[in-house]
Amino acid sequence: MKVAVTVNGHPESHDVETRTLLVYYLREACGLTGTNVGCDTTSCGACTVLMNGESVKSCTILAAQADGEEITTIEGLAARDGTLHPIQQAFHEHHALQCGFCTPGMVMAVVSFLNEHPAPTEADVREGLEGNLCRCTGYHNIVEAVLAAARSGELVS
Amino acid sequence: MTATVDDPSAEAPTGVLGTRMLRREDAALLSGEARYVHDLVVPGALHASLVRSPHAHARIVSVDLSAARAMPGVVAAFSGADLAKEWAAPLPCAWPVTADMQSPAHFPLAKDEACYVGDAVVVVVAASQAEAQDAAAAVDVEYEELPATVDLEDASADRVLAHTASTTNRAYTWELNPDPAAVERAFASSSVVVSERFVQQRLVPAAIEPRGVCVVPQPFGGEYTVYSATQVPHILRTMLGMTVGVPEGRIRVVAPAVGGGFGSKLNVYAEELLCLALARRLRRPVRWTEERSEASQATIQGRGQLQEIELAADAEGRVQAVRARILADMGAYLQLVTPGIPLLGAFLYHGVYDVKAYAFTCVGVFTNRTPTDAYRGAGRPEATYAIERAMDSLARRLGIDPTELRRRNFIGRDRFPYTSPAGLLFDSGDYETALDGALELVGYEELRAEQARRRDGGAAKLLGVGLSSYVEMCGLAPSRVLASLNYVAGGWEAATVRMLPTGKVQVVTGTSPHGQGHVTSWSMIVADRLGVSPEDVDVLHSDTAISPLGLDTYGSRSVAVGGTAVALAADRVLDKARLLAAHKLEVAPEDLEFERGELTVRGTPSRAIGIGTLAFEAFTAHDLPEGMEPNLEATATFDPVNFTFPFGTHVAVVEVDTETGRVDLVRYVAVDDCGNQVNPLIVDGQVHGGIAQGVAQALFEEAAYDQDGNLLTTTLADYLVPAASELPSFTLGRTVTPSPSNILGVKGIGEAGTIASTPAVVNAVVDALSHLGVTELEMPVTPERVWRALGAARSLTTGGLA
Repeated sequence: MKVAVTVNGHPESHDVETRTLLVYYLREACGLTGTNVGCDTTSCGACTVLMNGESVKSCTILAAQADGEEITTIEGLAARDGTLHPIQQAFHEHHALQCGFCTPGMVMAVVSFLNEHPAPTEADVREGLEGNLCRCTGYHNIVEAVLAAARSGELVS
Repeated sequence: MTATVDDPSAEAPTGVLGTRMLRREDAALLSGEARYVHDLVVPGALHASLVRSPHAHARIVSVDLSAARAMPGVVAAFSGADLAKEWAAPLPCAWPVTADMQSPAHFPLAKDEACYVGDAVVVVVAASQAEAQDAAAAVDVEYEELPATVDLEDASADRVLAHTASTTNRAYTWELNPDPAAVERAFASSSVVVSERFVQQRLVPAAIEPRGVCVVPQPFGGEYTVYSATQVPHILRTMLGMTVGVPEGRIRVVAPAVGGGFGSKLNVYAEELLCLALARRLRRPVRWTEERSEASQATIQGRGQLQEIELAADAEGRVQAVRARILADMGAYLQLVTPGIPLLGAFLYHGVYDVKAYAFTCVGVFTNRTPTDAYRGAGRPEATYAIERAMDSLARRLGIDPTELRRRNFIGRDRFPYTSPAGLLFDSGDYETALDGALELVGYEELRAEQARRRDGGAAKLLGVGLSSYVEMCGLAPSRVLASLNYVAGGWEAATVRMLPTGKVQVVTGTSPHGQGHVTSWSMIVADRLGVSPEDVDVLHSDTAISPLGLDTYGSRSVAVGGTAVALAADRVLDKARLLAAHKLEVAPEDLEFERGELTVRGTPSRAIGIGTLAFEAFTAHDLPEGMEPNLEATATFDPVNFTFPFGTHVAVVEVDTETGRVDLVRYVAVDDCGNQVNPLIVDGQVHGGIAQGVAQALFEEAAYDQDGNLLTTTLADYLVPAASELPSFTLGRTVTPSPSNILGVKGIGEAGTIASTPAVVNAVVDALSHLGVTELEMPVTPERVWRALGAARSLTTGGLA
């Protein structure tokens, strides 16, 4: 079936099997491999992207369900000139990533979270990110980065 | 030697080394630009999918591939018998710990007998991953179920054999008992003997990136490029050559971005051999991507031990002797270093304590479960857990505060270098200062007062404070020591430092980072030694075509061995630059001073030449001293003379709800000493992640099996890798006791957090509940286990039902 999605502002249209999950549509049809696959059970959150501005786990919805919608992936977050998004910058400055595999999904989840909770407490952040697993950082610096990004007030919703 | 508790965020030293420089790796990882194996676009690649045994132990009666071969997109399907001639040797075990060790032959596909749930039986190759998976589901394997041995203790009794062709489940017995009479004497004459039995549950390493491999052949040249999500590209290349029978020089192994390893990617796996053999046979690129359920079952698991530890102490609590006996679960086969993992802890069951007599025995046992192997800490967390839990038991027995008991037994700071009762030479240490720092940071006395208030007030939520003082052996490893332990390879590391004509620097390292930030740290080491900017230093790694020499990344070895090799290579570049500068400036080399990237004639600051200029002069080679070769480039290989011995004290504070059994980790303080720090920001990150993994063993994680050998925790929905909501922020402190084992004075920090945190947390839970009679708790300390233990203790004290 033909699935048409706006990805990072660009129109995409591809013929895919009806069973194709959104994450494979993005990775294989669109060639955007920044979105990672870490599990098969919606547990790890490595595949998190934004659909119409809200975080979704792209391994859990069919590409067909995203037909006609707007998707933002990690590749669409930084400015065209390479300037990192404030949340990406905060992750860098607070050493909130190590191996980087969970990072794209984690960053997209944070974008969505801070849109909804612009002034979170530490407990809010920890609760808000419980759908995204990281095995490297123990979350300490991720939480620091999210709180710092929220404080900086540079976020564009 | 200084040892003060530092605020890690305090002002950094002058120069680049020791600063909290932000990582140079981050931009590619943050933008989605980094390429993991699964991301590589390889035109024409075929996809492999494996059929795995659903039985813990079964005879393979027949394999019918006809339906699978007829499925859309299928190119080939093979059974173990079909591929038997592809292998020059079985999957490797590089650590035959004893001369009589049993090691059942282990091939990528089981041919006659499957020995654990997940043992691969058939491989299907198709045009797409989905088609390969669909066809794998159509494979018909007839099994005859055999009795399985699942329980470790039961397996050690040989009631049921894990392999039908073997005569025993015992892989080996390994003993360290330098002075048996001294141990006997100490136990006979002691005032107090503490005997404890602990279970080290099996853990799933659960790197968030599953494993993956893609082999691209050049059929006419006979060469193969192997992309693998591995920690060990160099070891993998050698082992692929030996097992698949491709000449090693024709194999190039590349580890692109690798999404975490924690020891699980320190291995040589069936799928890596299969993809190479299939690429050779089919003359097409072949790739395989692990599914999460496969990561749980067919990637190695960690821990898996039954431990018995005994302490003999005098009436004041001074420990005279330690005796430990371990049953170690090998799983169904010996993977790369399976049998050696318990031995990495064998020397450390006396911990940080000055003990005169020491005995250790380990029996490695086969079970019909997933093979075990290295998982973060590898043997050292198990040892630390046993001694630190036992020390708390001794403190309770004698009514001594656990901090005081530790002080009475510490190896004093004036005793280093210290010859341990197990025969190691502890390089440097100051255990008391780390303990003092941790107690101060956590506010120990206040916590004890709060604990008493809650107990006295009958609060439902009790407070517990748990300590763990640890020492570990890192910097793996002196090759001669490895020889004495029967490890088949060495422990050196190699590096090349090369100045380019423009004055930029290329570093080639044999370490293979997968999150540890070697690009950043190695560039800082070279910048410090050559006086260049770290941004001008590129670090190349994890590709055997670029970095042919190396022994890769594991065991907290990278900075102590690999970083030292980088420093030595940089020093050799500077030595050559000095000779060239002396020629150019017409002075003797010893008349030159080196500072901030310039060689200057002593006393004549105007006569100087920069190292970048020298690099260009060495490149053009127009005017070199007689006999000097062009270019500024040097290689160094560092084989350490000793291990390094990081140490520290961690304190966990828990709240235990006596009504529900729930344990909340409310505070965590870690004071670690990893010697000099190249980049404290990266050290912090390593400690944070390590703590989280150790806490996870204490409270959440277990690879649970049923009695038939079925793994019950195959997904991340069942296996409880902690999320942010389950952990607190951590308070870190550090002391700095440089290591005399290498020129950087570094020790290593990759595993310290995991080693220290598990006993600290469990000690805290027991500390909260021991006055109620709860002193034994198995990991993971789940609410159910706490609730049941409380109920059992109450029924003992009241004589009634809980």
